[in-house]
Amino acid sequence: MASTFSTPATKLIQPPSLNFSPTPTTNRTSRSPIKSLFHPLKNHNHKLRLNKCNSAPSHGQSTTVVAVSDTVKKPKSTPTLPNLLITKEEGLELYEDMILGRYFEDMCAQMYYRGKMFGFVHLYNGQEAVSTGFIKLLKQQDSVVSTYRDHVHALSKGVPARAVMSELFGRTTGCCRGQGGSMHMFSKEHNLLGGFAFIGEGIPVATGAAFTSKYRREVLKEDDCDHVSVAFFGDGTANNGQFFECLNMAALWKLPIVFVVENNLWAIGMSHLRATSVPEIWKKGPAFGMPGVHVDGMDVLKVREVAKEAINRARRGEGPTLVECETYRFRGHSLADPDELRDPSEKSHYATRDPITALKKYMFDNNLVSEAELKAIEKKIDELVEEAVEFADSSPHPPRTQLLENVFADPRGFGIGPDGKYRCEDPKFTEGTAHV
Amino acid sequence: MLGILGKRVARGGIYASTIRSQSFLFASKNYSSTAKEMTVRDALNSALDEEMSADPKVFVMGEEVGEYQGAYKISKGLLEKYGPDRVVDTPITEAGFTGIGVGAAYHGLKPVIEFMTFNFSMQAIDHIINSAAKSNYMSAGQISVPIVFRGPNGAAAGVGAQHSHCYAAWYSSCPGLKVLAPYSSEDARGLLKAAIRDPDPVVFLENELLYGESFPVSAEVLDSSFCLPIGKAKIEREGKDVTITAFSKMVGFSLQAAEILAKEGISAEVINLRSIRPLDRSTINASVRKTNRLVTVEEGFPQHGVGAEICASVVEDSFEYLDAPVERITGSDVPTPYAANLERMAFPQIEDIVRAAKRACHRSVPMAAVA
Repeated sequence: MASTFSTPATKLIQPPSLNFSPTPTTNRTSRSPIKSLFHPLKNHNHKLRLNKCNSAPSHGQSTTVVAVSDTVKKPKSTPTLPNLLITKEEGLELYEDMILGRYFEDMCAQMYYRGKMFGFVHLYNGQEAVSTGFIKLLKQQDSVVSTYRDHVHALSKGVPARAVMSELFGRTTGCCRGQGGSMHMFSKEHNLLGGFAFIGEGIPVATGAAFTSKYRREVLKEDDCDHVSVAFFGDGTANNGQFFECLNMAALWKLPIVFVVENNLWAIGMSHLRATSVPEIWKKGPAFGMPGVHVDGMDVLKVREVAKEAINRARRGEGPTLVECETYRFRGHSLADPDELRDPSEKSHYATRDPITALKKYMFDNNLVSEAELKAIEKKIDELVEEAVEFADSSPHPPRTQLLENVFADPRGFGIGPDGKYRCEDPKFTEGTAHV
Repeated sequence: MLGILGKRVARGGIYASTIRSQSFLFASKNYSSTAKEMTVRDALNSALDEEMSADPKVFVMGEEVGEYQGAYKISKGLLEKYGPDRVVDTPITEAGFTGIGVGAAYHGLKPVIEFMTFNFSMQAIDHIINSAAKSNYMSAGQISVPIVFRGPNGAAAGVGAQHSHCYAAWYSSCPGLKVLAPYSSEDARGLLKAAIRDPDPVVFLENELLYGESFPVSAEVLDSSFCLPIGKAKIEREGKDVTITAFSKMVGFSLQAAEILAKEGISAEVINLRSIRPLDRSTINASVRKTNRLVTVEEGFPQHGVGAEICASVVEDSFEYLDAPVERITGSDVPTPYAANLERMAFPQIEDIVRAAKRACHRSVPMAAVA
């Protein structure tokens, strides 16, 4: 029932100059490849065959996850299985996180159409299982790097909902004081390293964070530093050059990173199948010497099992993993996207596989929670999101003097104003025509 | 503790340095046989060495920096001294390893990313601008990026169009970056140390042809705590008839041009910009207010170049003081040709600077020295 995937082939040649830690050959257990039993959209025109795992594994790595739903499907007649995937507390935590993500994003849509939010807003509805499945397993010091679809990653990582909402409203109480916006969520405290608009830009940054973790352990001798980085990105990014560069270097130097592909099958209006020569993204992992895993991204429990393995692997120092989560976004690419190219039948199919309802069903079927408890959580999150909106609405806009702040960490010598506040350069020059 | 080198004052050919600040080492620099000479290459190498030994968070990353001892031997000896964990040879993946450097800098390490030439930085410019320069602002001060991007910039000898581009103007237009362009060994040492210690992203534009040139260095420069301030230009040679601003290799040309001009009775003040961003507008303007004429010299392309910016700045701040239009000497507006004579024509030479200075002084014919 636990998902498994094999470790990379033994023929990996480490460059002589960069042997950080000895390969833990003793820890390696040999695992056999397991075929996935998940078949998406059998009747769909697009013929999504994204997990054709019948091909013989070349390096013993083309493994996928056993469908957890099998265990759920069986037990109508049998009593509750003793070896469940989650405890009640964990279940509630996961549920709460996904509900927070969902309600928050729905509120964002409302606020956008009311004019409170502006610019580019990309919503995460439908993909909550990936964010919750991975990020809830991380410690605070682990880093998360995301893309422009980063609200829910920020929330899962621990950034307060009111800070994210204020940031979206462009208020000075936002997590980045209103200077970042929807696409650039940063939080040093929670180690959320952004929020990048360029796809693929976050992957090298996450690899750098993993490099730091290794550097701290090896060079700065902080022996307990086992921080992991998780990089989230989409299917379109998996064709980008930076992605491959980082797969190479992460595997080469065995960096503690997990590359998570949120394959929602569409890059704005470009279907993944139209854009990619080899649509199975997980196959790109073994090409670079790391395990590539495919998992059903609409099922938070399956994602969580894979995530546990991948994160622990990185923490142990065994190197990176590429995890492809096949998921779906219920809304368009952004709030400005009319979303005309996607087949309505595809959308309705995935709507039936909503990760929140799936988790609910699992918990009910296994008698983990009662209806009342879940209702209480939903109510609590409702109030939280409402409160976040009120907070954001009543927060002040950034003051004029904030325009020139924070360009540099150390602008010393570049002009301290008479009020003691720094100006990054000649004030007349820097402010342009703005009246600061 | 930063050591700040005071202004050098040229008095009729004898150079002596004065120190302005209180408690720093005193050094008097004479052109005597006891002055130590150092190549720019050694200056950079020693600066890297000292900064790496002082702070274990500093590491060097780039192509051929380790076992090859540096493509231009700038990082020679560092691998043996600090090991492969701190001198990281990378695959040919500029975008990837620049991003890795930025990610490491987000978490407080201090990477020195070497581009084999800055032309290759174009493959990584997304990271230099978008994830390094803008991050402190986008995160409202939470995440600073103490990274240095360094490498040779501008033309070398006969390397063709794709290896001869000067990026000073490009990077200097971006807020959030500091852009430095050293000339002499003293500049190289002091500015690189300052750049590594600086908590913001610094683009450090060296010049391949200067690597082998030797310059005299004082004992103060050789001290391991020596540092030059970012944002301050240096007046290499004082004069009163025309101001010539330059950076990097052009400073050498300008100094030689100033010698030629002196023989013709024009006393030129040569400013070594050192820092393109932030530009030391106050020094430039003060100089122009003194001499009333300006010639800007740079190797890069003319449109939207560094000279254009200096000209605009001077026109805005010191318009009434200008006695002649500002002269811009730049590279030709063509991709750099390969043929030696064409390449020579494509970049400013000493004669061009002399001619421009004379034009600014309204002298087309050499006259007897007047005042």
